[in-house]
Amino acid sequence: MNLVQLLVDSLALGSQYALVALGIGLIFGVMRMINFAQGDLITFGAYMLVVPTVSDVAPPMIAALPTPVLIVATIAVVALAALLTERLAFRSVRAKGADGPTLLITSFAIGYFIQSVILFLHTGRPKSVSVLPELSQQITFSGVRVALVDLVTIFASLGLLLSVGLFLNRTRGGIALRAAAEDFLMARLIGVKANRVIAVAFLVSGALAGAVTLMFVAKTGVLDFRMGVPLAIAGFVATVIGGMGSLTGAVLGGFALGLASTLLQSLLPPDLRPARDAFLYGMVIFVLLVRPQGLFVFGPGRERV
Amino acid sequence: MKRLNPAIGTFLSLTILVIVVAGLGYLLPGMSRTVTEGFIYATLVVGLGLFVGNTGIVSFGHASFAMIGAYAASWFTCCEGMRQVFLPGLPDMIAANTLPVPIAAVIAMGVAATVALLAGAILLRLNGVAASIGLLSFLFMVKTIYENWNGWTSGQSSLVGLPLVVGIAEAAAGLVVALCLALFYQGSASGLLVRAAREDEVASRSVGVRVWRERLICFVLSAAITALGGVMFAHYLGSISVVQFWLDLTFLTLAMLVVGGRNTITGAVVGALVITALRDGLRTLENGVQTPFGLAGIPEGVQEIALALLLLVVLVARPRGLTGGREFNLFR
Repeated sequence: MNLVQLLVDSLALGSQYALVALGIGLIFGVMRMINFAQGDLITFGAYMLVVPTVSDVAPPMIAALPTPVLIVATIAVVALAALLTERLAFRSVRAKGADGPTLLITSFAIGYFIQSVILFLHTGRPKSVSVLPELSQQITFSGVRVALVDLVTIFASLGLLLSVGLFLNRTRGGIALRAAAEDFLMARLIGVKANRVIAVAFLVSGALAGAVTLMFVAKTGVLDFRMGVPLAIAGFVATVIGGMGSLTGAVLGGFALGLASTLLQSLLPPDLRPARDAFLYGMVIFVLLVRPQGLFVFGPGRERV
Repeated sequence: MKRLNPAIGTFLSLTILVIVVAGLGYLLPGMSRTVTEGFIYATLVVGLGLFVGNTGIVSFGHASFAMIGAYAASWFTCCEGMRQVFLPGLPDMIAANTLPVPIAAVIAMGVAATVALLAGAILLRLNGVAASIGLLSFLFMVKTIYENWNGWTSGQSSLVGLPLVVGIAEAAAGLVVALCLALFYQGSASGLLVRAAREDEVASRSVGVRVWRERLICFVLSAAITALGGVMFAHYLGSISVVQFWLDLTFLTLAMLVVGGRNTITGAVVGALVITALRDGLRTLENGVQTPFGLAGIPEGVQEIALALLLLVVLVARPRGLTGGREFNLFR
């Protein structure tokens, strides 16, 4: 395999992971909760592209709209769904002073709820949908063929990461979000509104999930009611190996995971390739052991008293 | 009268509960499957809850131990005569001997405990969420390995022909063994220390609790109990496959634990029984019920939605679960 191709592949995969990890990291920052439902929001967005039907061939719904509207609509729908999960479930659980495990299980339950509703409305059979078909061509430069959709994914992700970075550093809402992630109680004492800052985190995280929906479906063209689960799991792993609570760490963790995954796929001997995930998650456990505070976090890992 | 040790009191009380439910299973028509399944799930959830409740670490990895147990037992009980056809990788010594299911179950618990000792020694150096993610990674690793370890597990296809020996009485017996082990541990010194670390890890370290060691003991025992549940599951269904022990089982058992009450063994048992009964009721409705006005029923797929909603409602309204965080004890 060519080096350029390998680079494009791992960057394309890594940028999807990075976006998911950033979405999870934003919510972790303000709530100290790993949001399992992040992957199922991606699935939800993907199924909003088609009309709910039990038949195998689903007519397009959002997917029938013109491209710019399609992109905006998908992102908006997923962002609203994320906001709704916060408003209907997380806020009530949080109001009871729930501990970390309870919140974790709540998000797990929401994810399962979204999956079962999709299963109910669309059945469990995989469906195909065509989104942004103009991206499905290959382009050749200096003798290397790469998929256009991968390049677009990489550049769109970089754009999104930059805009989230600008939002966090240059706007009032973003600074409030970072303050809340640093010390929630202190931020509230100096006038950051808890509910609003959490809602903003969910909104941004949902918008990122919507963007991943588009990239993922444009590449694979297949809908499955569990499609978001592997992405979400990659996202958690990325946030953990990157360093819990560090957004830069989460993004870098996503890229690192994409790179490791692509490298294992091309370097493992063919008869071991089906077991790639065993090696990947073995590496994850190894990283957790060697650097429990995260690969990209420098400072004490353990709570200091 | 001297008060009975609370662990023994809870054990006796829960055993009485199990006997009553088993009696109902024999008496009520059509309930025997539900009760048997309820006991098997209860065993799995007691295993999971022993770790989650006492350490405060949410485990996404316990389905692996059910799988390890189920497959380990099947190496000794499966499909007499055909075993080397289905599982060509087994050494002759194992393949040639068929053991009774209870003995195979003990071996399976030993295998799971050994794996838990090795994996836990590594994973339990992590804390809180990182430990949960580590356990999830472990679940993925074990699943991938078992799916590709064709000679010992028949890979992605299911392994059929296990003896169907588990009914109400056997499942009840298995559950009582699980309860005995779990409650004995909870009442032991290690159980107390591991709960101290759950409440405040830093403070417990400062008074000399070896957190890693106590958590590891708890993890190994909980893995063995979960494996027992897996063995019962396998010999109730008669066939096993890797996907049976995957995210669905992880979600279901966690939901049972949370609905019942996360920090108690009583909660694990009650949650498993209540949700099994509910799922079976809904499944019957999905299949349609004969009423005087014709066949009535609910659409397929309602069961999963109802389960997720129930879990959310319990989390919002009663975060400590149906049992409210207290052990069931008739002898207090």
